[in-house]
Amino acid sequence: MGATQTQVPPADSLSAKLPDETLVGWLKDMILIREFELRTMAAYQQAKIGGFCHVYIGQEPVVVGTFAALQHADPIVTAYRDHGHALARGMHPNACMAEMYGKLPGCAKGKGGSMHMFDKPNNLFGGHGIVGAQTPLGLGLAFAARYENEVIGEAINYNQDAPAKRVALVFLGDGAMNQGAFHEALNLSNLPGQLRSPIIFIVENNKYSMGTSIDRGTTMAHDMKVKADAYGIDYLETEAFDITRLYDDFKPFADACREEQKPGFVNLHCYRYQGHSMSDPQKYREKTEVEEYQGNDAIDNLTHHLVNERKALTEDDVKTIRKDAKDVSKEAQKFAEEAPEPSIEGELYSDVYANIQPNLSPMDHYRHGSTNALLED
Amino acid sequence: MASLTLVQAINLALIQEMEADDRVLILGEDVGKNGGVFRVTEGLHERFGAKRVVDTPLAESGIMGSAIGLAMGGLRPIPEIQFEGFMGPAYDQLTNHAARYRSRSRGSITIPMTVRVPVGGGIHAPELHSDSPEAIYAHTPGLKVVMPSSPYDAKGLLISAIRDPDPVVFFEPKRIYRSFREEVPEDEYTVPIGKAKIVEEGSDLTVVTWGASTVQCIEAMDSLPEDLSVELIDLRTIYPWDEETVVESVNKTGRCVIVHEAPKTAGFGAEVATVIQERCFLKLQAPVQRVAGFDTVMPYYKLELEYLPDAARIGKGILECAAY
Ligand SMILES: Cc1ncc(C[n+]2csc(CCOP(=O)(O)OP(=O)(O)O)c2C)c(N)n1
Ligand SMILES: [Mg+2]
Repeated sequence: MGATQTQVPPADSLSAKLPDETLVGWLKDMILIREFELRTMAAYQQAKIGGFCHVYIGQEPVVVGTFAALQHADPIVTAYRDHGHALARGMHPNACMAEMYGKLPGCAKGKGGSMHMFDKPNNLFGGHGIVGAQTPLGLGLAFAARYENEVIGEAINYNQDAPAKRVALVFLGDGAMNQGAFHEALNLSNLPGQLRSPIIFIVENNKYSMGTSIDRGTTMAHDMKVKADAYGIDYLETEAFDITRLYDDFKPFADACREEQKPGFVNLHCYRYQGHSMSDPQKYREKTEVEEYQGNDAIDNLTHHLVNERKALTEDDVKTIRKDAKDVSKEAQKFAEEAPEPSIEGELYSDVYANIQPNLSPMDHYRHGSTNALLED
Repeated sequence: MASLTLVQAINLALIQEMEADDRVLILGEDVGKNGGVFRVTEGLHERFGAKRVVDTPLAESGIMGSAIGLAMGGLRPIPEIQFEGFMGPAYDQLTNHAARYRSRSRGSITIPMTVRVPVGGGIHAPELHSDSPEAIYAHTPGLKVVMPSSPYDAKGLLISAIRDPDPVVFFEPKRIYRSFREEVPEDEYTVPIGKAKIVEEGSDLTVVTWGASTVQCIEAMDSLPEDLSVELIDLRTIYPWDEETVVESVNKTGRCVIVHEAPKTAGFGAEVATVIQERCFLKLQAPVQRVAGFDTVMPYYKLELEYLPDAARIGKGILECAAY
């Protein structure tokens, strides 16, 4: 199954040299995402969340481990399975939950929903509903970062101290690899002298695209390096079952892409424990397969490492971390439930254009039926 | 006769056409083993096998482009696009290829293809999963655009579409996929493309609509004053649309309200209103009214029902037009 049981990171590895509190921070972040998503599922099942909803349970180390290798000013863009990206990037859980509830204090004023988590201050440029379509966007963000550095000479689009050299991350699913936009972006990203950009394509290879397993949908799935090779892009294959290994593999890779302002392709093995979305009978996989992956869970593995090997935490500490995460998630749900709804007058037309346009069918005219200007006396 | 939902009626039409004609095949994301996102192709994979119900990877441009190739190669492909919002990647192939081959090849190469696409709002889905882009495709010469509003019409229109010599975009209003049943004959039959249906006859005012809005219009008519006689027309085909039925009706009633989910500006209602103005001018007793979606991105579910024309808004539009 491509997963390896966790091992103690070698003493000379990067993660081994990190202080305890960094790794404890990773554990807290992963547990928060897990608990938050459990709440999300419960709220969806109670019909409090509408639209479609794709939870991140099982894939938490992907964002926590890769973001750990980044700077805050490095832009991120992803697909619709995006709650984990938002939380790991620093979005307040209340804003994330309220968005799914369609409420006004949501990160997109309750207009985007589960699939559209945008957080400009945290340089998260959205979850996206069209599979694969976010890939060229990531390239644009990477090119912009490089352009700022090389042409303008200062960071204009980031309100924090940005390092001169930045790298953009675009996350996509294994299914998204089959879209044309992905291949176009790969090609563009490595054109010497032109669009060559510091972008890292991270394929969250959770083995399934809805009900289609990767080997049914993607040629050469067993040897994805050939895809990166075809465009002359550096390739990294790693896994999310052991976050220290993920970090140890990814950090130098990302540093090189940043330093040399070049693209990279990461085949990141992971697994989603839940169905594709909230209504998925999961006929396409065996329960035993899910259980096998759950037996090699990144949260459990890191907990084990921190408690038994590093002795940085006690079992009680871990319980407290879990309880805190539960509390935060519960609070987020409470916040979302009590939050105001977007008003029709205020939000049905706002943010379509910079200014309200005359032809937007003004509310007062159309709310209770169409009124033709000619009809008014 | 059996009492079927719209989904079941479409499923039945697919089975019957595939049984009758080996050239008919289906392709799309998860249409096979999983039976499609809305389970419209449920059971077909088992029945006809993986060669005729083809599971494709996630690649709309590839799905649409290869379906066009299949059609050029003499087959009758039925590609499924999971939601109308995912037509984007396939748009180039559909409008720049499928729509134009007959004209480019002086009629020697034709594309008898039926693109099945769930459409419209009302199911608590966000934008890209709730949009109504029919006008875009109606504005593409070479394509036919169909949108049934009932199980009976869905079966008959789909069979017509599959047998049609030109590419047809077959929009399926997801809001009414399972919302009601109707008697649908077991035997195969067709409902002609390009022919509207007079859902209810009337003499004072004409309502023109299509897709799921038809159901909203029927609801609106329940609460109108008894002495107001409204004729309800379901276009069923958006292109080529049935001008004659509409013109004849409006020349009789002198008043018209057009109802659709799509944003109002440049929606297909604008075309209908223009033709009425051209052909019924002297008979008109009131300006043509449109009750439509707003010129805004389809809102997320909390405001969805404010966006979609509902019985109250439609009823108000009708009363205002009648009172003019
Ligand atoms: C262009 C487009 N086609 C189809 C869909 C419907 N759809 C949503 S998610 C999905 C599967 C994507 O799988 P993958 O890229 O592996 O991501 P994962 O769900 O595993 O995170 C499909 C087919 C879509 N949203 N956009
Ligand atoms: Mg996947």
